[in-house]
Amino acid sequence: MKTLTDLARMAPGESGRITGFTAGPGLVRRLEEIGIRTGQTVTKVSGMPMRGPVVVQSGGTRVALGHGMAKKVEVEIG
Amino acid sequence: MKKIVLMGNPNVGKSVLFYRLTGVQVIASNYPGTTVEFTRGFLTFPQDTPAPPGALFRPGERVEIIDAPGVYSLEASSRADRVAVEILEGADLVISVVDATNLERNLCLTLQLLERPVPVLVALNLWDETRHLGIEITPAKLEEMLGVPVVPTVGVSGEGVRELVERLQEARPGGHPARTRDTRWPEMGRIVSSCQLLTHHHHTFLQRLSDLSVKPLTGIPLAALVMLGAFWVVRSIGENLIAYIGDPVFEKLYLPLLERLSAVLGPGSLLHAVLIGRLIDGSIDFTQSFGALSTGLYVPLVMVLPYIVSFYLVLSFLEDFGYLPRAAVLLDGLMHRVGLHGYAIIPSLLGLGCNVPAVMGTRILESRRERFIAATLISVGIPCAALQAMIFGLVGERGGHYVAIVYLTLFLVWLGLGMILNRLVKGYSPELIIEIPHYRLPPLGPFLKKLRVRIIGFLKEALPVVLLAVLAVNLLYAVDIFDFLAGLFAPVVTALLGLPRESIVAILIGFLRKDVAVGMLVPLDLTDGQLVVATTVLAMFFPCIATFAIILKELGWRDMLKSTAIMLVTAVAVGAVLNLLLN
Repeated sequence: MKTLTDLARMAPGESGRITGFTAGPGLVRRLEEIGIRTGQTVTKVSGMPMRGPVVVQSGGTRVALGHGMAKKVEVEIG
Repeated sequence: MKKIVLMGNPNVGKSVLFYRLTGVQVIASNYPGTTVEFTRGFLTFPQDTPAPPGALFRPGERVEIIDAPGVYSLEASSRADRVAVEILEGADLVISVVDATNLERNLCLTLQLLERPVPVLVALNLWDETRHLGIEITPAKLEEMLGVPVVPTVGVSGEGVRELVERLQEARPGGHPARTRDTRWPEMGRIVSSCQLLTHHHHTFLQRLSDLSVKPLTGIPLAALVMLGAFWVVRSIGENLIAYIGDPVFEKLYLPLLERLSAVLGPGSLLHAVLIGRLIDGSIDFTQSFGALSTGLYVPLVMVLPYIVSFYLVLSFLEDFGYLPRAAVLLDGLMHRVGLHGYAIIPSLLGLGCNVPAVMGTRILESRRERFIAATLISVGIPCAALQAMIFGLVGERGGHYVAIVYLTLFLVWLGLGMILNRLVKGYSPELIIEIPHYRLPPLGPFLKKLRVRIIGFLKEALPVVLLAVLAVNLLYAVDIFDFLAGLFAPVVTALLGLPRESIVAILIGFLRKDVAVGMLVPLDLTDGQLVVATTVLAMFFPCIATFAIILKELGWRDMLKSTAIMLVTAVAVGAVLNLLLN
């Protein structure tokens, strides 16, 4: 059973595949450059409380991104 | 002269490779954005090896090497990015430095370089780290796919650097067709899957520690431990260096020499006043005499230098270990309150050493608004190591709680002013987006070299200005300009801040060096409360001349004036409130 969620809502430890972005082209470009791209498998490492940044692991890269950005990265789990 | 540019993603070890190629020491750390400006150095090709046919460089040819700030892509977004792209325009050859532990992501920039007409060579750096991460890359295969030479290197040990220099001769333009972003990603995937093999590996201790330091439940206590530990180490090393090296050397070895000189010059002479200063109860007092050779050397070398050594020892370790980006994640929430994001913690921490590199470090922030807020908050609320050493030395004598009041006040001012600026300054503050590097144990050699560069940097920048400041003080007293200045500023200083007229000179000297300025407060017989007010005001008031110059350079005239006005108003207002509370 596949569920659609985003990086902000994922639980720490969960993995999924990035299916798309709900962000503008500028932000998508920056996310892609740093290694957050459609089709990539990501694992959420942690999320800070009170809408703090989210840390994800994708391939060899570990990236921290703000909560607002994390919400714009759609992920399919399962 | 031909130009070779080192380009690569942030934190792939360009600066260390640069040092290996040129011998020019630059500050390298384990976080993205250490290099915000480019550095030049030179490389001479070996005389004895004959150049192969079609070689780019003659034997013995001298070329310029440029260390560019790290970028993810040639489509620039931050100011540091633009610096890198401009450097690329004038390059005769580009060494594309790639993090071998993160090949796919790094290839994005490499492919963009290969689409340009410039000759390229790829350095597969951090090669040693691939083994324990279970990554196997076949350089020959990668070379075949990219069409340019690929050399595995380990910057910190120098492995592969000789081969890199030899193969610079074979660098050639990639001749790749111009791709769009959409066609570049699949190409990267294709290249990586054909030359890289991932095997399963057990998480190392450092990887587990890395996880723990960004999870809230474990990360926040860890951060508190790191901070307390850092503070404790800085203080104990600093105090011990003063007690067991600085003071004995000055009191036992240097003082007798100075006393002889004092007798020769004669206490009444002008030369005595400038070099030795006033005699306190008939003898030289290193903190109060205020001559160039007495206080002028004692303050920077005995009171400040030990703390510079201990502070940079700790900061350099945290930088090279890779802790700072984790601190950025943990403190992101706090930093958003002052209109910044977590990554601004890095220039702010640098400011605890010296405000000059800190203000330059604000270039890692993207928007003008963030840079203005960060630079202003650093110069108002973050005391540099020299100033802190004097606060510990002189305010600390009156009791630890007075030191605590100074720090707490500065922190509250930083926070309060930040919250106000967050409301008032127009523009946008983007969200945090950073790569978190692997933890690495810093190799001793480069670590010590970096420490040496920073200490020598302090001595070169600070000593002349300290001596100049001491000289200026003596001249101000000699030509009686003091009374004029005192009359001019007396209403503010005496009425609002509750300080004696004499402290005006100290506050003015603060424009040259804040450590000297705090030193000048000693002979004034201030009450405890007055000393707290005076040091706090000194810390916030006007940046020292070096910081002033760098703010002007980074922000331009208008923002520099705005920033300065904010500092003046804040310093006087907070000083007045403290005065009401304490006196």
